[in-house]
Amino acid sequence: MSDQKTTTTPKIPAQPGPKPVLLEVDEVTLRFGGVVALDKINFKIYEGEILGLIGPNGAGKTTSFNVMTGVYRPTSGAVRFRGEKVTGRKPHQISRMGISRTFQNIRLFPEMTALENVMVGTDSRHKTSVPGALFRLYRVKPKPEELPQVTATSGIVRTWQEIRRTCAKMFGLSRHILEERAAEAKSLELLRFVGIADRANDEARNLPYGYQRRLEIARALATEPKLICLDEPAAGFNPAEKEELLSLIRRIRDMGLTVLLIEHDMRLVMGVTDRIVVLEFGRKIAEGAPAEVSRDPRVIAAYLGEPADGAA
Amino acid sequence: MHFDELIGHLGQHTVDGLSKGAIYALIALGYTLVYGVLRLINFAHSEVFMVGTFAVLGLWTAFGVKNNPPIGQAVLFLVLGLIAAAIASGGTALAIERIAYRPLRRKNAPPLIFLITAIGISLVLVEVFGLLLPDVAGGALPTLFGRARQIVGMPTIIQQETLLQIGNTAITNIQLIVFVSAVVMMALLDWFINRTRYGRGVRAVAQNPETAALMGVNQERVIMLIFMLGGIMAGAAALLWSMRFGFTQNSIGFVLGLKAFTAAVLGGIGNLRGALVGGLFLGIVEVYGATLFASNWEDVIAFVVLIVVLMFRPTGLLGESLGRARA
Amino acid sequence: MIDKIRSADRRRVSMLTSVGDRFRALPKWQQAAAIVALVAFLYYLPLLGIPGLTWLRTDSIAGGNNWAGVLFVCAIYVLVAIGLNVVVGLAGLLDLGYIGFFAIGAYSVALFGSVNSPVVKWIQQEFDLPPTWAVTWAVCLLLSIVLTLISGVLLGWPTLRLRGDYLAIVTLGFGEIIRIVARNATGLTNGPQGISAIPGPEGPPSGDNKVFGLIDAKPWYWLAITMVLLMVFLVRRLEHSRVGRAWLAVREDEDAAAVMGVYPFKAKLWAFAIGAALGGLSGFLFGSRNAFIDPTQFNANLSILFVAMVVVGGSGNMIGVSLGAVLLAYLPERFREVADYRWLAFGLAMVLVMILRPQGLIPSRRRARELKDRAAAAEEAPAHV
Repeated sequence: MSDQKTTTTPKIPAQPGPKPVLLEVDEVTLRFGGVVALDKINFKIYEGEILGLIGPNGAGKTTSFNVMTGVYRPTSGAVRFRGEKVTGRKPHQISRMGISRTFQNIRLFPEMTALENVMVGTDSRHKTSVPGALFRLYRVKPKPEELPQVTATSGIVRTWQEIRRTCAKMFGLSRHILEERAAEAKSLELLRFVGIADRANDEARNLPYGYQRRLEIARALATEPKLICLDEPAAGFNPAEKEELLSLIRRIRDMGLTVLLIEHDMRLVMGVTDRIVVLEFGRKIAEGAPAEVSRDPRVIAAYLGEPADGAA
Repeated sequence: MHFDELIGHLGQHTVDGLSKGAIYALIALGYTLVYGVLRLINFAHSEVFMVGTFAVLGLWTAFGVKNNPPIGQAVLFLVLGLIAAAIASGGTALAIERIAYRPLRRKNAPPLIFLITAIGISLVLVEVFGLLLPDVAGGALPTLFGRARQIVGMPTIIQQETLLQIGNTAITNIQLIVFVSAVVMMALLDWFINRTRYGRGVRAVAQNPETAALMGVNQERVIMLIFMLGGIMAGAAALLWSMRFGFTQNSIGFVLGLKAFTAAVLGGIGNLRGALVGGLFLGIVEVYGATLFASNWEDVIAFVVLIVVLMFRPTGLLGESLGRARA
Repeated sequence: MIDKIRSADRRRVSMLTSVGDRFRALPKWQQAAAIVALVAFLYYLPLLGIPGLTWLRTDSIAGGNNWAGVLFVCAIYVLVAIGLNVVVGLAGLLDLGYIGFFAIGAYSVALFGSVNSPVVKWIQQEFDLPPTWAVTWAVCLLLSIVLTLISGVLLGWPTLRLRGDYLAIVTLGFGEIIRIVARNATGLTNGPQGISAIPGPEGPPSGDNKVFGLIDAKPWYWLAITMVLLMVFLVRRLEHSRVGRAWLAVREDEDAAAVMGVYPFKAKLWAFAIGAALGGLSGFLFGSRNAFIDPTQFNANLSILFVAMVVVGGSGNMIGVSLGAVLLAYLPERFREVADYRWLAFGLAMVLVMILRPQGLIPSRRRARELKDRAAAAEEAPAHV
């Protein structure tokens, strides 16, 4: 997080140019029995952009998300992330490659606190396993600021603190402890980033709806993704909350992340995305800048129904 | 390893296995029906069967049935036993549904909560039949339930005799009755589910509860129906068991239930015909295995089959068909 | 009536949580002092003589009172509950065959430590060792843990990909398989005859044993409670680490956990193996204290009793499951007159708890982290976004 904070200005300039491809969906077809859920879908996501994925209900938006994150395996075709094949890998491997996501119907870990939810995400970049957590034998030389502080001015407490500091200097600190601290600090920072740090210690199930949605985003960010896929993040939000969400999405992009956004609310999609891909019945029917797409007659016919709604 | 014994009497072992598997299949139906509609393993179903055997025992004791009654009486007692077992087992299954599962369903509890509850119910039933009944019955029914947790014998209703002899394979009258009546019961159930109005409701709820509810199918009634049907089948199995093996015990359900569940999974849980196939298959495998190794390894064979099936083909031999496709 | 019970129950839970919160609010040295006092009390327990509490009729030992023996059983059950809690409570895997691991633990000390076991006799013959030779107790301890760990992995590897309810039934089958193997494999386990002369820390049971004898159960209790405290310490370390979070995440939502980079299979396998090792350790202590084991002591019913301890006490919470274990071990001993009804009572307790209070008597609650800059965070939050 610390390095991300310094890059508040967008890494990738918004003007057109040969941007590197981050993710490529290549002729992906997915069948469930006789039903074709995705039919030869093709599209690319470029680094640093916000891509909208829209389409009427059942068009295959969430399904293509599931293919990208390894929940489903496509019947044919491939998904490539920075040139590497995603298809065939397990969800946790894909997550570690740098793809993260939220869920349409919020899927937090309800009995864990908000902070712990995010920490599960940060854990994916850490290494401590059972032996490390049990015996703490793996030692790392701590940086000066990570050493135990001596705060007391005198007395037993000070002696104790000095002993601990000296021991840490001599033997190092266990990787487990350092990772725990890093995870906690980073998670807290992420909670602050999405604006829900005041409820960090509350169990996720007790959080209000809007908090839960934002907690999901924080958790997804915690895995240090290159690409974050948001599945209808604004569902159930009022206009003010949607406005806040828009700014959050832009700030995520400004951190250097690429955003894939599934959304029903056309105004939201038009306002924030750089490009839009439109699906209908598992097929791609249009792709392009928001203004172009909203003028495309096929899109209007298939999705918008009443054109006034989308053009607004 | 006794290959010679197995090969030499292959026909005999197959017949033995089929008649054994028929009983597994009947019990397996209860697991399959409930699973097909509710996606739930009714762990207490083994005790539904156990209650059935006690109903048969109670009825025969109450009528003072002696060993080897004349044929007319034997038929009468068998029919009465079937009715008693069906009522007792069906009633038990319904009671379990009402007392334990319905409150949990209302709360939308996760599957493991159902399973733990079912284990609790199972324990309660086993203990009630093991302990309380002899006390309650006390002097009034001295010989009815015997002493706590002990094996209770039953009168022999039909004397076992060889009906058919083909080579060195003998088919006894009891084996034939068990097999034929199990198949008939299953055919009746299959007809009921696939051909009648009630059965259509069951299938509708199994495929899509929400749509079925919209179409006016009363889901609660369907659930009660399947528990009752499963119970009746277990009751029939209980009668056949009593006739063939002539004993019961409060803990009889545990191993038998596990085997029947294995049969259900083997055939494809949720699939009615799969229960038959799975039951017969398991029966044969068990008898073959017991011949190959030794009869005290019989129970291990069933569990190993269960583990292997779940590992390599969790949808069973015929696939899961009564309900929705598994996601 | 039910409403009254419910509201009383709610008051009880809020009281418990407020006690917990107050404890956490204490300064660190006071917390440490309280824990030391509790540990001291646990070690003092067998010498305690509160009438009523310690009225345990076992007829044979020490004038019909075997308080320390009952405490030992309680400690064993607590160890089992802590182990099973890792599997059921933390990782959310219903294991109905836990007795299998318990049995493997008990049999590993019997098979390798007792001169009467076929395994030891075979080793004696093969390597020309004296007939008194057997594997030492301490090595058996390691062996039992390692063997159960391996058997946990062996059982978990193929089965942990199954859905939860299937897993439960398969583990139930596993427990039975272990018992049947112990009964049938006469050449390995002596079958139904069982194995006697299982060693304690001082070697095989004999009149010369000064501390760990057959009569006085107090040293055994102290040994068991030491193991319990050690395991509580270690399991707590796991619970509040990356591993523990992975377990909870998999329990709560396996798919979401996978998308967050947790490998569910690995997390579950670890939980299973650790649970198995703890079960093995308790079985080891049980066999060692009993000095004799046979297959009938490892009935499938016990697996269900173990699950009952965890779910009645409050799965996921070590204090809860320990309480459950103590209740379910102590009450039948205390009220021996009605001990015949204990299984019935366990069954009823399970059903009632599941229907009325699925979280168990003492529900688990995630420890709030001490966030140094929590106040600052709260201030900053509204300004952001």
